[in-house]
Amino acid sequence: MNKTNVKTPEVSPAEIEEQRLYRTLGLSDHEYHLIKDEVLGRLPNYTEIGLFSGMWSEHCSYKNSKPVLKKFYSQGPKVVQGPGEGAGIIDIGDGQGVVFKAESHNHPSAVEPFQGATTGVGGILRDIFSMGARPIASLDSLRFGTPQTPADRYLISQVVAGIASYGNCIGVPTVGGDLAFDDAYQQNPLVNVMAVGLMDLDQIQVGAAAGVGNSIIYVGAKTGRDGINGASFASAQFDSDHESQRSAVQVGDPFTEKLVMEACLDVSQNHAAALVGIQDMGAAGLVSSSAEMGSKAGGNGMVLDLDLVPQREAEMTPFEMMLSESQERMLLCVKKGCEAEILDVFAHYGVEAVVIGHVTDDDRYRLVHHGEVVADVPVDALASQAPVYQRESAVPAHINNAAPQQFVPEISDATAVLKEMLSQLTIASKESIYETYDSQVQTNTLVRPGSDAAVVRIRHYNKALALTTDVNGRYLHLNPRIGGQIAVAEAARNIVAAGAKPLGITDCLNFGNPEKPEQFYELDQAVMGMSEACQKIGAPVISGNVSLNNEYDGVPIYPTPMVGMVGLIQGLEHITTQDFKQAGDLVYVLGRTKDDFNGSEIQKMQTGAVSGQLFDFDLDYELQMQNLVAQAIQAGLVQSAHDVSEGGLITALAEATFGNQLGIQLTSDLTVRQFFAETQSRFVLSITPAAQAAFEKLCGENAVKLGQVTAEDRLEVTAKDGRFDLAVSKARALWKGALACSLK
Amino acid sequence: MKFAVLAFPGSNCEKDSFYALKDVLEEDVALVSYQAESLDGFDAVVVPGGFSYGDYLRSGALARFAPIIPALKAFAAAGKPVLGICNGFQILTEAGLLPGSLQKNTAGKFICRQQKLVVANAQTPFSSRYQAGQVITLPIAHGDGNYYADEQTLQELEENGQIVFTYQDNPNGSLKDIAGITNQAGNVLGMMPHPERGVEEILGSADGIQLFQSLIDHVEVAAHE
Repeated sequence: MNKTNVKTPEVSPAEIEEQRLYRTLGLSDHEYHLIKDEVLGRLPNYTEIGLFSGMWSEHCSYKNSKPVLKKFYSQGPKVVQGPGEGAGIIDIGDGQGVVFKAESHNHPSAVEPFQGATTGVGGILRDIFSMGARPIASLDSLRFGTPQTPADRYLISQVVAGIASYGNCIGVPTVGGDLAFDDAYQQNPLVNVMAVGLMDLDQIQVGAAAGVGNSIIYVGAKTGRDGINGASFASAQFDSDHESQRSAVQVGDPFTEKLVMEACLDVSQNHAAALVGIQDMGAAGLVSSSAEMGSKAGGNGMVLDLDLVPQREAEMTPFEMMLSESQERMLLCVKKGCEAEILDVFAHYGVEAVVIGHVTDDDRYRLVHHGEVVADVPVDALASQAPVYQRESAVPAHINNAAPQQFVPEISDATAVLKEMLSQLTIASKESIYETYDSQVQTNTLVRPGSDAAVVRIRHYNKALALTTDVNGRYLHLNPRIGGQIAVAEAARNIVAAGAKPLGITDCLNFGNPEKPEQFYELDQAVMGMSEACQKIGAPVISGNVSLNNEYDGVPIYPTPMVGMVGLIQGLEHITTQDFKQAGDLVYVLGRTKDDFNGSEIQKMQTGAVSGQLFDFDLDYELQMQNLVAQAIQAGLVQSAHDVSEGGLITALAEATFGNQLGIQLTSDLTVRQFFAETQSRFVLSITPAAQAAFEKLCGENAVKLGQVTAEDRLEVTAKDGRFDLAVSKARALWKGALACSLK
Repeated sequence: MKFAVLAFPGSNCEKDSFYALKDVLEEDVALVSYQAESLDGFDAVVVPGGFSYGDYLRSGALARFAPIIPALKAFAAAGKPVLGICNGFQILTEAGLLPGSLQKNTAGKFICRQQKLVVANAQTPFSSRYQAGQVITLPIAHGDGNYYADEQTLQELEENGQIVFTYQDNPNGSLKDIAGITNQAGNVLGMMPHPERGVEEILGSADGIQLFQSLIDHVEVAAHE
C-alpha cells in the first residue's frame, strides 16, 4: 500500500516512469500517460505526481462517481447552494440559511478508531464554517459488525469516544444519528458524520481564489507528516495487512479547531470586504484546497512559496507538505492590501496565519521551494479536468437469483419473540452511546437523541430544524434502487413525525469497488432510487460525499448510502415526539401492513442472514401517508408520532411506551407475524379522545384504531392469532440494557 | 444588576449563560474576555463551562494563569458573588477559590443527561429561592465531575454548610455526592450541573431559574443595605 513517507533524495522523473512508481500512489498507467502526454507534455516530477495522485483520487475528483452523481435531484426554489462547495445551503426564511453536509471517515476509523472519528467530526465542521455558517449540530451514522471480541468492542468504544471528545470540546451538540450492526461491516465499519450550520444569507463565503495579486493565506495548525496522501488511502481498498497503514491517519485537536472556527467566523462576518474566498484543507490538504480555489475562480493560477508554510517537522519535502492531511487548517484568499487586517484577526484568537502565495495572471499552479520551482502544472488539470470514468454495470448474482416469495417468520410465543426483538442491537436503545455526547450545549436542543428526529430551535425565531440520518443497507443489498428510495423516504418519515417539512438531504455514499460491475450497479441504482424519492418528497440533494472501495479482502459492505435529512418546523407548538403522552389517548396505525419480511430484522434474527427479493415500495403512497401525518400535526390533532421501521409495528408500539412509561391495551386484525413486518409508509400515532372525530375524518381508512394508552405497566396487544403481553418495565429493561451489556 | 460572563479560549457555554441571563432573566449581562484585567462595574461573575485551553494538562489548570484571574480573585475577595459552572467549577478549584478538585468520572466516560439534585443548603446567595431538601432537575454534561477533597476538607464543607447541591444516584463518583459547593465565605459557588441549560421548560427543565433569581435577590438586598 501507500508507503508515502518517502524522504529526499526523491526519485527522478525518469525513475517514476520506468518503475511505474505512480502506481503506488494510486494512479493508473492511463492516468500517468494523460499527465505526461496531454497535460504537461513532459515527464512529471515526484512532487507533481503527488499533486495529481491526491487530486485525481476518488475522494477529491469523484472520477468514478461523477456520472452517477449527476443523476441526483438537486434543484428546488429554496436551494441557495447545491453540491460543489464546502456544504450546501437552503433558505429557511428570515434571511437565514441552513448549511449542511456529511462526510465519511471509514478507513481512518478502521485503522485508528479514536483519531479516525475525531478527525471525521473536525473535517465536516470546517466544511460548515468555511461557508460562513456557525455549526449548530452534528449527527453520526455508524455501522459496525456485531461486537463479539474485545477488539470489536474496542473499535466501537473508541469511535464513540472520538466523536464525544471532539464534539463535546468544540461545543457543537451531537444531537442524533443512527447506529446499526451487521456482520457486513465487521472489517469495514462506517463512520459518517453530518454537520449542520446556521447563517445569515448575506454572508455566504465560497472557496474561490480570484483576482490577480490577491494573497493566499494559510491559517491554523502547522503542517506535519500525518495523513500524507490520505485521500488516496481513503480511496483504496483494505486488506489483511492494513496495520501498516496507520501513518496515513491524522490526529485531531478540537481546541485548535475551536479557535480557528471562531476566528474564521469573525473574518466572514466582520471582514467580508477583505475576503475573497475560504476553504477547508481537508482531503489532499494544501494542494486540494488551493487548486480547487484557483480552479473555481475560473482557472486562476497561483504561486505558493512552500518555505513560508508553517511546518511542524524538519526538512519536509514539497510532496509531504502538499499532501499532508494535518488537521485544523484553512486556506483563505484575501484582497491585496487587506492582508494585515485579516492577519490581525487571527492573531487576536491566537491562531497562526501566514501569507504563502498569491493569485497570478496565468492558469499555472506553481510551487516554489528553496527558491526553485518544484511544480508547474495547469491549475484546471488538477481540479476540474480530472479524468471521469463511466464504469460498467452488472446485476449481482444474489439479486438475479433472489427468491420472489417472502420469508415466513417462525413464531410460537409472540411475547418471547418480541423480547428477543427488543434485545437486538440494531433495535435496542442507544442511550449508553449518546449520553456520552453533549447534546445540549448551545441550549437549543428541544428534542434530544432517542426520538425519530432531533429538533434544534433557531434562537429568537418561532421555528426549529428537525435532523435525522437514516439508511438500511440490508434493503439495498436486496434491491439497491428500492432500498435507496426507502432510505430517503424513511428519513423523511422521521422528519415528518417530528412535525417538520423536509427541506433537503446530504449523503455519504458508502459502497464497494466501482471497478467491479456489480458494485457499480449498486451505486448507480441506489442513487437513482434516492433521487426518485428526493424528487417525490421535494427534498433536493444539496451536498454529499462518496466513499467507495469499502471492501475487505475483496468482499464489499452492503451498499449503504447514508441519508442526512433536514426539515423545518414552522411554529414550535408543532414539535412532536415518539413517546405516548398520557393514559386514555387513542393509538392508531397509519398505513397498510403487508407480509413484508425479506430484509427485515426478524429475518436476520431468525435465519442469521437477509435474502430473497425485497418487498415492494410505493413512493406515491408513502408521500400520501406523510402528508396525512403532516396535516394532522399542523391541525394540532397529534399527541405522539413514531415512524414504523426495523422490527415492525410491535417494536414501534413498544418504543412509544418507553419514554413516559405508559402501557397500551390494543386489539388488531393483523397476525402476530405481521406485527414484525417491515412494510414501509407507516406511523404509530396517538391522539386525545377529543381529537378522534377530526382525526378519523382526515385520515379515513388509512388510519386504523388499535386501542388506547393506559397508566398500567403492561403492554397488551391482541393480534388475530395470538397475543403480546408483558410488563412495559420488563420490555424497557431488555431494550435499554442490550447494547450497554454487549459493549462491556 | 450587571453580570459578567467570562470567556476563555475554549469556553463553549459562555453564550448559553449570556442568553439565559439576558433573554430569560432579563438582566444586564456582558461577555468579558479572559484578556481583560478588571471586573469593575459588575455585580456578579459567571465562569462558564466548556474546555478552556482544551482542558490540556488538567481540566481548568491552564485557565488559572489567564490575565483575568487576578481580577476574579479580587472580586471574590471583596465578597461579591462568583458562580462557576462545570469547567468554571474546575477553574475555580484550580485557581484556589474553592477547595478540592474534580477528577475523571468513575465510569471513565463523559455523561450528558438530566440529573436529579438535592438542595442541601437553601440559605446561600445561590439557593435561597429553593427549599432545603428540595429535589430539582438540571442537566449535567461532563467527563471530569468526580469531586474529591481530603477527609478534613469534606468535614469542614459539611460543618460550614458549604455543600449546596448533592446528586441523587451519583453519576460520577463524587465524594459525599457533591454536585456544588461554596467557599467558606459563601460567595463563590462551583457546581458541575448546568443551571443555564435549565431555564426553559422547552429545554427539559426550568429549575435553574431559581438559582439565578436567588443570586439577583442577594445582590439587590446587598445594594439596599
